[in-house]
Amino acid sequence: MYFGKLKEAKGVVHINESWCKGCGFCVNYCPTKVLVLSKDYNAKGYHPPQVQDAELCRDCKFCELICPEFAIYVSPAPSDGDEDKETHGA
Amino acid sequence: MVRKVKADPKGVLEGPHFMDGDHALAEGALAAGCRFFAGYPITPSTETAERFAERCPEVGGLFIQMEDEIASVTALIGGAWGGQKVMTVTSGPGMSLMLENIGLACMTETPMVIANVQRGGPSTGLPTLTAQQDMMQARWGSHGDYRVIALAPDSPQECFDLAIEAFNLAETYRVPVLIMTDETVGHMHEKVVIPPASEIEVVERNWYTGPKDQYKPFKFGAENYMPGPMVKIGDGYRFHITGLVHDERGYPQASVEAGKINITHLIEKIDSNRDKIVRFEADQLDGAEVVVVSYGITSRIAIKAVMDARKEGIKTGNFRMITCWPFPEKQIREIASKVKAIVVPEINYGQMVLEVERMAAGKCKVISVNSTGGAVHDPNEILAAIKEGRS
Amino acid sequence: MNVNANANFAQDNPMSQFLRMERMPHIWCPGCGIGTVVTAFAEAVKKSGLDLDKIAIVSGIGCTGRTAGYVKLDSFHSTHGRAIPLATGLKLANPEMKVVVFSGDGDLTSIGGNHFIHAARRNMDITVVCVNNFTYGMTGGQMTPTTPHTANASTTPYGNYEYPFSLPFLADACGATYIARWTSLHARQISGSIKEALNHKGFSFVEVIAPCTTLYQRRNRLGDGLDALEYYQNDAEIAHGLDTRQVDIDYQGKIKVGKFVEKQKPTYLDNVNQHYAQVIGDEYELYGKTTPEKEAEAKAKAESAAKGAV
Ligand SMILES: Cc1ncc(C[n+]2csc(CCOP(=O)(O)OP(=O)(O)O)c2C)c(N)n1
Ligand code: SF4
Ligand code: SF4
Ligand code: SF4
Ligand SMILES: [Mg+2]
Repeated sequence: MYFGKLKEAKGVVHINESWCKGCGFCVNYCPTKVLVLSKDYNAKGYHPPQVQDAELCRDCKFCELICPEFAIYVSPAPSDGDEDKETHGA
Repeated sequence: MVRKVKADPKGVLEGPHFMDGDHALAEGALAAGCRFFAGYPITPSTETAERFAERCPEVGGLFIQMEDEIASVTALIGGAWGGQKVMTVTSGPGMSLMLENIGLACMTETPMVIANVQRGGPSTGLPTLTAQQDMMQARWGSHGDYRVIALAPDSPQECFDLAIEAFNLAETYRVPVLIMTDETVGHMHEKVVIPPASEIEVVERNWYTGPKDQYKPFKFGAENYMPGPMVKIGDGYRFHITGLVHDERGYPQASVEAGKINITHLIEKIDSNRDKIVRFEADQLDGAEVVVVSYGITSRIAIKAVMDARKEGIKTGNFRMITCWPFPEKQIREIASKVKAIVVPEINYGQMVLEVERMAAGKCKVISVNSTGGAVHDPNEILAAIKEGRS
Repeated sequence: MNVNANANFAQDNPMSQFLRMERMPHIWCPGCGIGTVVTAFAEAVKKSGLDLDKIAIVSGIGCTGRTAGYVKLDSFHSTHGRAIPLATGLKLANPEMKVVVFSGDGDLTSIGGNHFIHAARRNMDITVVCVNNFTYGMTGGQMTPTTPHTANASTTPYGNYEYPFSLPFLADACGATYIARWTSLHARQISGSIKEALNHKGFSFVEVIAPCTTLYQRRNRLGDGLDALEYYQNDAEIAHGLDTRQVDIDYQGKIKVGKFVEKQKPTYLDNVNQHYAQVIGDEYELYGKTTPEKEAEAKAKAESAAKGAV
């Protein structure tokens, strides 16, 4: 079966703390609860999100879409190289 | 940089015609290369829109009757940045509606031509009767400090000629140009000779040709404050335009300093070039005791009064403003320093006379021959003022 | 490590193609819904396959109206209410353009209401995205034509006694040929609808219900942005194809969302050309064809002339 070779997508979260206004949208609507609001403040006095469990990120990019500040984006995690790349590639 | 080319023969209805001023405005616009007209019907200007609508499919142009005058003038801003030469026509009530977005056109340095075929006001006023009551509105009507150019034709032929001139000025200075005509000229039928396209000079839009990433939609503080080149929306420059105070990139800048640079440019590009823009006709000013200063249809009445006065031995000069805004300051100042009186007939309660008084600064008498609108003057009223001026 | 403190955040952000990153951060308040709609718009543009150089965005005045200033397309920030006529002029002057109006509920349906209904009536080929936050955000939370009955606004401090517009119904009645509504929580669906709207020929309208946290939410004691999203999550109901007579929104009531209308009808320019071609005949030169269309036509003409010569 093909499915055997498919791997769950993984993402790397990039956060621009200085643009964040701490609305919590990304934290609340991440389907796998990757993020939490940090206890720290950014320069504007907001709590930016931080990654609590990077392994859970599925690269769905919902946080990127819902963030009103363009302060968070997600790139695909580099593959671990333990499987046949061609199934994902061209 | 001002590039002049010959008119596109497609829009030039060469030959002698018998037509009214309103139609001549439309023909002048077509000859100047205008292919986009957005308008809303209003007496006594509607014939211009109707003529344009009729001629459009023959010349590859587009006419759209918008839902109101606000939409009409705003559509012109979109049309101009879409690459077209654009025009609308209206009268007092419509002009009042357009004012906010004439300000947007000034702020965004958008070339366009707006004809106001003036009728009596205020409000709905005297819809079918002539007036020159919107002259100050033309200059000051939109809020804030800005400058426009305003021309005043005195005949259907001049409606044609000045329509072309208006487009040329609009392109040269990237500014709305108003043609301040009136019901009498608009509805007067006379001979209008349209020259062949090869004899009509048209100012092309100053298109930007440099590298894409270096384009800036505005240029402030150039020599004589001449505006920078334009590009068309859709040509890949991905630029921004706003009615907010902005920098040369078109980005909003909410500061006193940015406002100073931006607004100074809007004003100085007209004021510094006043001598190049101002057009007038002057007759027998040398040695004149009295000079009549007039514009538009009133000039044609004034000439009769001037000739009658001369017959009676009064040395009378005649000065016809073709450009009302910017005001021919230097010329009027000079006249005022040499004559006993300046007589200013106009079909309003005294508007341009205020500018004349400002220039005369007490050096001579300034006599307003005004009216509440609806009819041209009786030349005898003007003659009486000339006599009063000499005494 | 899956977190990245990226020094080149602005350039590496996938939005950098669409946004003037040098103008960030933007002016919108924490939890304001406008930014989400902008991202959804950018996603839609990406997915639409359209040439970015051939899309222009026109805004009026308001918080939403600031969008034109942030989006890296040809963009025009016009006057209050006048985005649609400006877009109309632009579209007609340069019909190759896909012109998108992006503005607020007050801008588009109060001061600009007349233009809205007439552009829809003409089936003008533009896309209108309305961020409906039920209030005048920029001027401090006054009532708009969409403020729900009884809601508090700074000019209805005792509650709104007027009846609001239901915008999909208004657009439908006026002749719009594509109508969808979402809330700002439906980021992906907004993006899908805007993409469809961009590829639709004719007047397309996408309404997005979005929170104005600082004014509407606060005045009505409705909490912050998250509370608004929770309301949308609980009370938005997807109802594709629903009769637009049934989509009005009561104060904190159900919000019907989905694609309500999609139909084909000749656009304003189609009609100009069809009509003139009919009454004037072959001599009529079609107005405003795109360059490829014109080239194809010239080629076909040359070919048929060449054939005739043989
Ligand atoms: C002619 C005019 N009238 C009033 C205003 C003031 N004004 C600026 S924005 C605005 C309301 C904007 O509301 P909306 O369109 O809903 O946008 P939002 O700020 O909510 O996104 C008003 C009334 C103006 N700029 N111009
Ligand atoms: S990409 Fe999806 S899974 Fe990953 S953090 Fe964002 S919302 Fe969560
Ligand atoms: S959605 Fe954006 S602004 Fe809101 S908390 Fe997350 S990163 Fe910050
Ligand atoms: S005032 Fe309201 S609409 Fe404006 S930015 Fe703030 S939250 Fe958004
Ligand atoms: Mg609003």
